[in-house]
Amino acid sequence: MENKNAHSKPESELEEKDNSRRNFLKQSAFITAVALTPAPAVKAAAMHLDEKIAEAFEKVPVKLEVNGVMHNLSVEPRATLLDILREQIDLTGTKKGCDHGQCGACTVHVDGHRVNSCLTLGVMASGKKITTIEGLAKGEELHPMQEAFLKHDGFQCGYCTPGQIMSAVACIREGHANSETEIREYMSGNICRCGAYPNIVNAIQEVKSGGQIV
Amino acid sequence: MKQFQYLRAATQQSTLDAISKPGTKIIAGGTNLIDLMKRGVTAPDKLVDITHLPLKNITPTKSGLHIGALALNSTVSENGIVVQKFPLLSMALKAGASPQLRNMATVGGNMMQRTRCSYFYDTTMPCNKREPGTGCGAMGGLNRMHAIFGTRDKCIAVHPSDMCVGLAALDATVIIAGKKGERRIPFTEFHRLPGEHPDVDNTLAKDEMIIGVDIPDNNFAKNSYYLKVRDRQSYAFALVSVAAGLDISNGTIRQARLAMGGVAHKPWRLFEAEKFLVGKAVSEDSFKQAAQIAMQGAKAYEYNAFKLKLAPATITEALKHASGLV
Ligand SMILES: Cc1cc2nc3c(=O)[nH]c(=O)nc-3n(C[C@H](O)[C@H](O)[C@H](O)COP(=O)(O)OP(=O)(O)OC[C@H]3O[C@@H](n4cnc5c(N)ncnc54)[C@H](O)[C@@H]3O)c2cc1C
Ligand code: FES
Ligand code: FES
Repeated sequence: MENKNAHSKPESELEEKDNSRRNFLKQSAFITAVALTPAPAVKAAAMHLDEKIAEAFEKVPVKLEVNGVMHNLSVEPRATLLDILREQIDLTGTKKGCDHGQCGACTVHVDGHRVNSCLTLGVMASGKKITTIEGLAKGEELHPMQEAFLKHDGFQCGYCTPGQIMSAVACIREGHANSETEIREYMSGNICRCGAYPNIVNAIQEVKSGGQIV
Repeated sequence: MKQFQYLRAATQQSTLDAISKPGTKIIAGGTNLIDLMKRGVTAPDKLVDITHLPLKNITPTKSGLHIGALALNSTVSENGIVVQKFPLLSMALKAGASPQLRNMATVGGNMMQRTRCSYFYDTTMPCNKREPGTGCGAMGGLNRMHAIFGTRDKCIAVHPSDMCVGLAALDATVIIAGKKGERRIPFTEFHRLPGEHPDVDNTLAKDEMIIGVDIPDNNFAKNSYYLKVRDRQSYAFALVSVAAGLDISNGTIRQARLAMGGVAHKPWRLFEAEKFLVGKAVSEDSFKQAAQIAMQGAKAYEYNAFKLKLAPATITEALKHASGLV
């Protein structure tokens, strides 16, 4: 049987052995570690690239607007948005469950879209607007979704709740809360170990049918 | 996670320059790479962030649709043209990961995601894919999730993507950029079988990057279905999945496209079963026969023998859905 699925030869070996960092620095023109800058500035930076990147190897400047407040931070490139929120900005509402994208406890909105902050590098979120669970309420007035979770007992231990609520708000905004089945599918990225699912679905349905702007 | 340098690429050319150096990896959505870096499965010295390159476009072409490598999985799955003309791709994407992850994951990253084999993930275990020459932990281990087609004794891991199963069925073409310019290859030739080099997932060279995929127009939109069978109803990788597209005229199949996920080291196109279906009447019986043909050459291991029954049943069911029998 003809089998077009048969494998072809790799075009190159996967990883070469490491080279000196200096060599890399010299050759990587036109790339800058801090490139929220216009093209001419990028080119200018390229001419002094050794210094720029050497700096970047330790810490990089990151600008985050979190719940309307601007933060100018200096972070290691490996720091996740989740860790920056919790440990540098002291917003501990966003939870770390699995730290691997599997539970949704770390869900926040970046430029209005829900993402897993545990798999987002802080440096890649630079210049973006972040909303966390702390940013939903208006002063003393809870967000309708927070009210609904309280009313419907949408939690037991509460650990998954910030992520559930951020996801639930996004679920309605995206237009994916039109039936119980759809809500369950589009909330599947948020695991609740206590099994509060039926109450979470009820809370979302109430907010959805209430027609408030979330 | 090991410390690394972070570089934000301003142009495609600068990306290509950067990735030609050892220890350098592209980062797009980060949903697979950061996970693997946290576990120490991979530990690059430099990451090149390509998310600022203009590769997010979804544009109609003369003969189909072009999708940029940085288009998000969520954006593609909800795109009007994709939903209308290539619903199979939309369905496959929506069956994958979670809404949050799809908001981050890109088309290029999805194609390049590594296997979810637990021996690959566990750095204390042998794995020829992670560390060539150490052996295959899954071969005599817990291999419930593993391949039944195209395996060799060196590796029985499967490619985990749903999107790729859809694109394989849709005759997509991959557009690749390298130092010498662009090249285009059929989607079905992008990923490879493990052979003697299970550490190499695909035919992309170290100094190349994916810039997009093209999907040709087809007549399958009306009769398409993506069926994914998994341990829970959502947010789990496939045990077996089937992408089915049929071109039906007056109850007769004119053309068929079939691909399977969760069964091989690459999205598994069912060419022989497709050929069999051409000219057949829409009926459960012909679907069952096609499924039997598709299973030729399948080989199970200790814990995945259930796939020998599950796979043909899933093919039949997907075809029933696609053709409107159910
Ligand atoms: C909990 C969980 C569940 C999941 N479930 C599913 C599922 O059910 N089905 C499914 O299909 N997927 C699933 N996924 C996987 C997900 O789809 C992938 O992680 C995602 O598609 C990767 O895309 P990315 O842009 O985030 O890639 P990244 O993580 O940024 O990159 C992945 C790899 O691709 C390379 N790369 C990225 N872009 C390019 C490019 N343009 N050219 C060359 N190389 C490139 C990177 O160097 C890296 O090696 C799941 C993931 C998680 C964490
Ligand atoms: S902590 Fe991010 S998904 Fe679990
Ligand atoms: S309320 Fe306890 S995990 Fe959801």
